[in-house]
Amino acid sequence: MKFILNGQPTEVKAGENTPLLYVLRNDLGLVGSRFGCGSGQCGACFVMVDGKPMASCDLPLSFLENKTVTTVEGLNGTVQKALLAEQAAQCGYCMSGIIISATALLARNASPSEKEIREALDKNLCRCGSHNRVVRAVMRASREQA
Amino acid sequence: MNRHGIGQPVRRVEDQRFLTGKARYVDDIQLPHMLHGAVVMSPHAHARIKGIDAKEALAMPGVHLVLTGEDAKKEGLGGIPPLFMPEDMGGPKGYRTFRPLLEPVKARYVGDRIAFVVADSPELARIAAEKVEIDYEPLPAAVNVADAAKDGAPKVWDDNAAGNLAFPLMMGNKDATDAAFAKAKHTVSLRLYNNRITANAMEPRCCIGDFANDSYTLYTSSQNPHGVRGILSGAVFKFPENKLRVVSPDVGGGFGMKGDIYPEDGLVLWASRRLGRPVKWVATRTESLLGDNHGRDQLISAEMALDEQGKILAIKAQALHSVGAYVTNAGVVPVLCALRNIPNVYVVPAMLVMSKATFTHTTPLGPYRGAGRPEASYVIERLMDDAARKIGMDPVELRRRNYIPPSAMPYDTTANWTVGKPVGWTYDSGEFAKLTDRALELADWNGFQKRKQQSEAKNRLRGRSLIYYLEDSGVFNERMELRFDPSGTVTVVAGTHNHGQGHATTYAQMVSDWLGVPFESVRLVQGDTDAVAFGRGTYASRSTMLGGSALKGAADAIIEKAKHMAGHLLETAVADIEFEEGKFKVKGTDKAIPMTDVAKAFYRPVGPTTKFGTGLDASGSSAVPPSFPNGCHACELEIDPETGVVEIDRYTVVDDVGKVINPMICHGQIEGALAQGIGQALMENVAFDAESGQMLSASFMDYAMPRAADLPLHYEMDFIDVPAKTNPLGVKGVGEAGCVGAPPVVMNAILDALSVYKISHLDMPATSRRVWEAIQKAKA
Repeated sequence: MKFILNGQPTEVKAGENTPLLYVLRNDLGLVGSRFGCGSGQCGACFVMVDGKPMASCDLPLSFLENKTVTTVEGLNGTVQKALLAEQAAQCGYCMSGIIISATALLARNASPSEKEIREALDKNLCRCGSHNRVVRAVMRASREQA
Repeated sequence: MNRHGIGQPVRRVEDQRFLTGKARYVDDIQLPHMLHGAVVMSPHAHARIKGIDAKEALAMPGVHLVLTGEDAKKEGLGGIPPLFMPEDMGGPKGYRTFRPLLEPVKARYVGDRIAFVVADSPELARIAAEKVEIDYEPLPAAVNVADAAKDGAPKVWDDNAAGNLAFPLMMGNKDATDAAFAKAKHTVSLRLYNNRITANAMEPRCCIGDFANDSYTLYTSSQNPHGVRGILSGAVFKFPENKLRVVSPDVGGGFGMKGDIYPEDGLVLWASRRLGRPVKWVATRTESLLGDNHGRDQLISAEMALDEQGKILAIKAQALHSVGAYVTNAGVVPVLCALRNIPNVYVVPAMLVMSKATFTHTTPLGPYRGAGRPEASYVIERLMDDAARKIGMDPVELRRRNYIPPSAMPYDTTANWTVGKPVGWTYDSGEFAKLTDRALELADWNGFQKRKQQSEAKNRLRGRSLIYYLEDSGVFNERMELRFDPSGTVTVVAGTHNHGQGHATTYAQMVSDWLGVPFESVRLVQGDTDAVAFGRGTYASRSTMLGGSALKGAADAIIEKAKHMAGHLLETAVADIEFEEGKFKVKGTDKAIPMTDVAKAFYRPVGPTTKFGTGLDASGSSAVPPSFPNGCHACELEIDPETGVVEIDRYTVVDDVGKVINPMICHGQIEGALAQGIGQALMENVAFDAESGQMLSASFMDYAMPRAADLPLHYEMDFIDVPAKTNPLGVKGVGEAGCVGAPPVVMNAILDALSVYKISHLDMPATSRRVWEAIQKAKA
């Protein structure tokens, strides 16, 4: 299976039904995407596929043929800096997925309203309760990239 | 002024790795030749195990091992006991469980561990686990705590002479309470069910066992690695404690739930010993929901007696508190704290409260953020609002009339108790009226009527509430070490365990202040029993208070040791050396030498300084008593009567967490606990089918937790520092405070909004359906 991963052409030999999350974590050594629920309900495993945030825990490898995948390891942008500035992380486990959702949001909508940010983050659970700081961070990132 | 010192909003030093995908949790560890395990959980709430046939599973290529409860018995593996029972502290006798790694005879809840399968891959292990054939004889189950407490209910433990009673607890004074009720002008009573909820740390529990070179290593997602080591080596495997190393690296949320020892911690070690290869296990989310300890699940009837001025005369309460199928490690704690914290911040002249900890055929319960304190504050604060309504008094005024005044501190809540006195509290400090004033101001309490009219104009009900909470924080003693290295940088070797609380930052702030070393030069080591001599981990909001106080002891010991070296280096008698702002000075002169240079001198290989010993390190201990964080919450919310949807509009918290080390981190802790407390009040619920004991909320589709759009847009927060008098730092706990205050303030505000319909009671969670049904019923 061939796809572009964090800007690099990548080829993996794994069963076509293998969820992308396991390929990333076990075959490619990219452990930043996290297992949280295994059924696309918590957002901890989110990656961007052709710019769209998707759960990688139930995304079969076959779906990715010739597509572009970005994981948290492929990002080093304003969203992360803003999360740092707003001190949003606590245990850190949900952060990779949140970074993906927020980065994808800002790519399609450079200056989202607070309501749009909350809606975009609706798929990302955070049990440490950092939601409001995350929202503030996304607003900050939006200002800073303007 | 140290920009990185105590009290400064220093940014967390650990965030870089969390925000770049570089944190390392247990599941990120891959050991060579590692195998993978899967647990077979009971599908029945109560069933006799008549036989287990693993032949088909074992015949599958790549399957290495199937373990059962009979195997554990044969190998002499012991069960996991509770850390303590009430009888160990002079309390009444109870039924002590020893939870086996695998249950050999009977399944006692849906999720009880019956077999463990090890294979080449996690996928294969799970497929093989489905092939393990277990012959069950299903038996009737006692699921709800009220049903389990009835005479003749199916018993969780056949040889428990007291039925399903795990242990009883009682505290207070019966005669004084009866007398007070007899002369009361007003009495109110209510019956509350405190809903069962679960931690749902985003990182599912995970562990790797590695038996090699005649010793054991366990990597586990735990809040308390030394606690895990002690129980596994002492009670389960019965081998010397120094043969087991427990490592808990980055942990993706714990909330009390990961403070326990779980069967899988033993299973991976046992399987590794059998196979000579590392064995990893990762919980699925459903296994987490079924198998991780839950919280709350308390049914309580409570009454309050008041005089004509609204002064509390007495409280009495009787509770049934579920413990699930086993008494877990700290399973006694929630039951105990749910009673002893009932007096809260009020003068309660007489009280009689009791609880029956009750076995049920359900997932075991244990401490979950708050552990009993949320139950206590919920009862007393619901009673206070009921009393205010009954008397016709402003609820804020009623509270003020009953606050323990600062002049009464230290205040003994157990003054006339005849039963349970040793487990009651003496508060050292607290200025409840002052915090209330600040909360009223921040909340714009007086602007409510105007906002209520605005809500009514758009057909919304508006309600408000103000509550006060107090909780005990910190338990047991703690040990911390400070270690300089030859280059002069410093390592904090912590007995506590950070899993999101920012310890690497707060401890560095303290050390930087006390020793005058650069903040950036301080590193935290934790979570490895080979690196940390001893520690008790992190739970019960204990780390800053006990870890910090122990760290102060270590810092003081470092200064004392270094003084001798400084005297030598400055060619002065030790008596003439003083330590100030990171420098050793010769009194009355400008001769001085920085701490870092003195530390380096301890590492010279030859020369006169070697007579002071090699290396500069010290440990400190702390056994300070619990502190009492407290605060005032005010909440205003809107309800759409057409749909029952509740929306929190304004939320104000003014907290006294003692001296604040890092306000940014403290705010984060408060906000996080608020999310969990609001979650309990509005949506969270572990639901079981009352007959079969099947969990109805065993996925994230069914167990609701707050998401970004569910929470208030903004919290008004402030701290008023009233330093604790019982520890050298003046700090009080902060981690659990938010979820102790949130459930009562949200529920009281909902009931205030619904008072137009004369609705005086609702149980949590106040889902839109429950609110809507209550409105429909009231209208009919």
